[in-house]
Amino acid sequence: MIHDTIAAISTAVGEGGIAIIRISGPDAIIGADHIFASKISLKDAESHTVHYGHITDPVSGEKVEEVLVTLMRGPRSFTGEDVVEINAHGGVIAVRKVLDLVLQQDGIRIAEPGEFTKRAFLNGRIDLMQAEAVIDLIRSKSDRAFTVARKQAEGLLSRKIKALRGTVIELLAHIEVNIDYPEHDVEEMTSAYIREQCLLAIAELDKLLKTASEGKILREGIMTAIVGRPNVGKSSLMNVLTQEEKAIVTDIPGTTRDVIEQFVTINGIPLRLLDTAGIRETSDVVERIGVERSRDALQGADLILLLLNHNEPLHADDRELLQQLEGRQVIVIVNKNDLPGRLELDEVAGIMPTAPIVHMSVLQESGLDQLEKSISDLFFEGGLEAADLTYVSNVRHISLLNRAKSSLEDAIEATYSGIPIDVIQIDARLAWESLGEILGDEAGDSLIDQIFSQFCLGK
Amino acid sequence: MRYLAGEYEVIVIGAGHAGCESALASARMGCETLLLTINLDMVAFMPCNPSIGGPAKGHVVREIDALGGEMGRNIDRTFIQMRMLNTGKGPAVHALRAQADKFEYQHLMKKTIEETPHLTLRQGMAEELIVEDGKCVGIVTKSGAEYRAKAVVVTTGTYLRGKIIMGELMYESGPNNQQPSIKLSASLKEHGLELIRFKTGTPPRVHKDSIDFSKTEIQPGDEKPKFFSHETKTSDIEQIPCWLTYTSEDTHKIINDNLHRAPMFSGAIEGTGPRYCPSIEDKIVRFADKPKHQIFLEPEGRHTSEYYVQGLSTSMPEDVQLGILRTIPGLEKVEMMRTGYAIEYDAVIPTQLWPSLETKVIDGLFTAGQINGTSGYEEAAGQGIIAGINAARKVQNKEAVIIGRSQGYIGVMIDDLVTKGTNDPYRLLTSRAEYRLLLRHDNADLRLTPLGYEIGLITEERYKQFMMKKELVELETERLRSTKVKPEEMNAMLEMAGSAPMVQGGDALSLLRRPEVTYQHLESVLPSPYELSEEMKEQVEITVKYAGYIEKQLLQVERLNKMEKKRIPSDIDYSDVRGLASEAKQKLDVIRPLSIGQASRIAGVTPADISILLVYLEHYNRVTAARGSQ
Repeated sequence: MIHDTIAAISTAVGEGGIAIIRISGPDAIIGADHIFASKISLKDAESHTVHYGHITDPVSGEKVEEVLVTLMRGPRSFTGEDVVEINAHGGVIAVRKVLDLVLQQDGIRIAEPGEFTKRAFLNGRIDLMQAEAVIDLIRSKSDRAFTVARKQAEGLLSRKIKALRGTVIELLAHIEVNIDYPEHDVEEMTSAYIREQCLLAIAELDKLLKTASEGKILREGIMTAIVGRPNVGKSSLMNVLTQEEKAIVTDIPGTTRDVIEQFVTINGIPLRLLDTAGIRETSDVVERIGVERSRDALQGADLILLLLNHNEPLHADDRELLQQLEGRQVIVIVNKNDLPGRLELDEVAGIMPTAPIVHMSVLQESGLDQLEKSISDLFFEGGLEAADLTYVSNVRHISLLNRAKSSLEDAIEATYSGIPIDVIQIDARLAWESLGEILGDEAGDSLIDQIFSQFCLGK
Repeated sequence: MRYLAGEYEVIVIGAGHAGCESALASARMGCETLLLTINLDMVAFMPCNPSIGGPAKGHVVREIDALGGEMGRNIDRTFIQMRMLNTGKGPAVHALRAQADKFEYQHLMKKTIEETPHLTLRQGMAEELIVEDGKCVGIVTKSGAEYRAKAVVVTTGTYLRGKIIMGELMYESGPNNQQPSIKLSASLKEHGLELIRFKTGTPPRVHKDSIDFSKTEIQPGDEKPKFFSHETKTSDIEQIPCWLTYTSEDTHKIINDNLHRAPMFSGAIEGTGPRYCPSIEDKIVRFADKPKHQIFLEPEGRHTSEYYVQGLSTSMPEDVQLGILRTIPGLEKVEMMRTGYAIEYDAVIPTQLWPSLETKVIDGLFTAGQINGTSGYEEAAGQGIIAGINAARKVQNKEAVIIGRSQGYIGVMIDDLVTKGTNDPYRLLTSRAEYRLLLRHDNADLRLTPLGYEIGLITEERYKQFMMKKELVELETERLRSTKVKPEEMNAMLEMAGSAPMVQGGDALSLLRRPEVTYQHLESVLPSPYELSEEMKEQVEITVKYAGYIEKQLLQVERLNKMEKKRIPSDIDYSDVRGLASEAKQKLDVIRPLSIGQASRIAGVTPADISILLVYLEHYNRVTAARGSQ
């Protein structure tokens, strides 16, 4: 499938920065033209030119984003194919909407990790020396995407998709058994039954797509865990960052007994903040459960905000945490810097030489700017790429859900025009395969398994 | 006493459905061929159901015929009933199924083989492969006869270390109490092939005169039978019906009461049985809530009283089998003539084969049929003809012939076997094909006859006829496309067809696209100037009616072919490919795919691995090209 068209956000999204949505392949220009309102049509534009205009939803007519569009015709482009780059302002939701629209165009799908570079290489735009770098890129990005996908596969979304696939596969197996065992006493599949099943599946798909379009994307921000010893100010930091009183703040150690989640945007970067129960050895059963959950949250986090108390020397629990966090993406926050300093900062810097250290007083809300800067620095230096991938893989899910839906709609339409069931099956099968791509399942043999477990066949 | 008994170019071991096609193809391609069988009376024997065809399987028979094979011609002359199945569904899944006179089928095939030039049919049990320098150059039989050749095709069916199981009774045997082949397994293993144990089974046979047909439903053949071979035009064969009955509550009770005696559940059977063909005891246990199961009573031939009891495959003890039979309406007083049984046998793990069906470890050794883990006469024959063709081409120093997944069910089957392997006896199903709409019963010749001609298995005369058919179909389609029609000329016909009237003029082709309008309807108002057979008219109608879907699939095929055309050099060292996941490395090293397309179908090889492989190949090609130009 080297000659289809791919698209993706090719720079990280950040407020003030510019996000570029890159499209490459034979349908790049037609696809972009369809959603680009400008004085000039991209089809007629010369190569290597920049155009001002708006990305517009062709269905609703709504203007989504003011953009600059760069056009490069193949082979004189990065990938060697026709390339369109949409420069958007970078608000997360708007950029995402633009990508959604791009992916709704015929023949355009979301790029696999490293795919632009791969195409550049395969089309001879990158020399041999870079081949190894390309391989490393594909490997590392795919592995990370895989980890992300697995995380999501354990979640609610995957359970819903599995149920949906179940509906479709039962339908498929029923059609197949009618075809492969025509003399068997299995109920004949009727158009009405196919329609009913497809409509059921579409209703479920619509529910999923609706949640996606309501901006729930933010749920998939950078997983950020706030950790530290009890009463070091984790909940207060959370409240400051979210400007809300969600976490209960007291001065009794061990107040936060569960993981609290909040979604915030810092300099345009989506963060999923997890306030964890203070990590310490405890005999309180309820608190201990909280501590366990905190440790789990810590394992899954992309970024860790480690709070230390400026006013106290390093505690054994602090040292243990520092050891545990070695090699992770950490920002050290030295809190309570309005109080006298008793913390051994040199020792901290010794254990974590690369981690930025931010001094602040959460109570007085001072030093907040510096924290925000540290987070966006990490993000733009590429240290927090995982979140970007999580984000893309979601767009991918949405485009696959849309594809599944339109296949089911095709199937329904076919039942009205007297098309035989084995032909309708082609559309239903496409829907099943699209759903399977979300889960990363192998589509192949499981239909056959389904046939033989659902029906009693034999000679 | 070992002695040199003869020198050939190709030796085929086993004269079942795979072996017959192999040997015929090889001999017809001009290779001196020896066909060896344990028992000459068992050539092309049907040890299980006396029928050929059905969905996917019937398609394979058409494909064998389109390539110049024998199965289609043979059944067309020996059937006792012919039915086209799935006629209420789309043209892609219309499937022809014949009941065979199993004795006549055998006799005719044996006669054809005996009369084929370059082909020697001989009784003998091959026990040992002769392998020199990694090449298979002959075999030795039990009686000491040494036959030399340049290629050997092994088609041993269920004979390899065969073991029959019938309740508590178990003994070494080939199918139907034939001598099993014991020693050849060891020879295959000794030369590096890995074997697995599979199982299959067959139902009891009963005497016609003891059946009360009044309690069953008649299942007649089609009034106007169609045929498997593109060569067969008519037939005056008188058809014999089959009969349908059902299991009863008592049947299920007897089986449940005797489960402790069922080898299926006692652990006596170690081989893996086919999912699609479970025994009756298996069906009753797994689908306990199903109150009754269909039983078809099928005559085994014109000159015998034996009836095959389809649906009752079992390895229960003999006394239980008789009990089961007599609980079935119509069979209350039945006489059992042969007892059903399960049979275990050795098979070769098929991922050890190239897509040409040559083994990777032994040069010049091919395997085909049930030994490759499949089940079914048609599946065997489909592999047989390919192994025979490729053995002959090997001898003639020609490149192997590989049928693509978009070209035929034979291609789907072989690709599945050699790329994915199989955990249980493999049966073809139409759902295994991703381009079902292109792999139709009606267009098998369009798909494969040019290839058959190129190989040398299709005669000039037949090829000329094929080209004429192709041309006439194209001419007629073009005529419909260019014929402008007016509403007043068409509306009466459209009303007859139950289709909406035309409002304004258009072309005749778009009328044929309507689901209700058949070619016959159109012909009644627009007779063709060409002399078209029914077959040609059907072809025109199908290609026009499903054009949209067919084009969609063709587009997918085009993409697939791009991947299939990206060849992987045979000397690639996967441990050298930086970045491949270790699972992928290991799988690729075992399967050694010939193309990126095949590589992408291996379980455990991810899209990222494929990307990395593509980059590696590009690198490899540039380096090779750079070296070449120096």
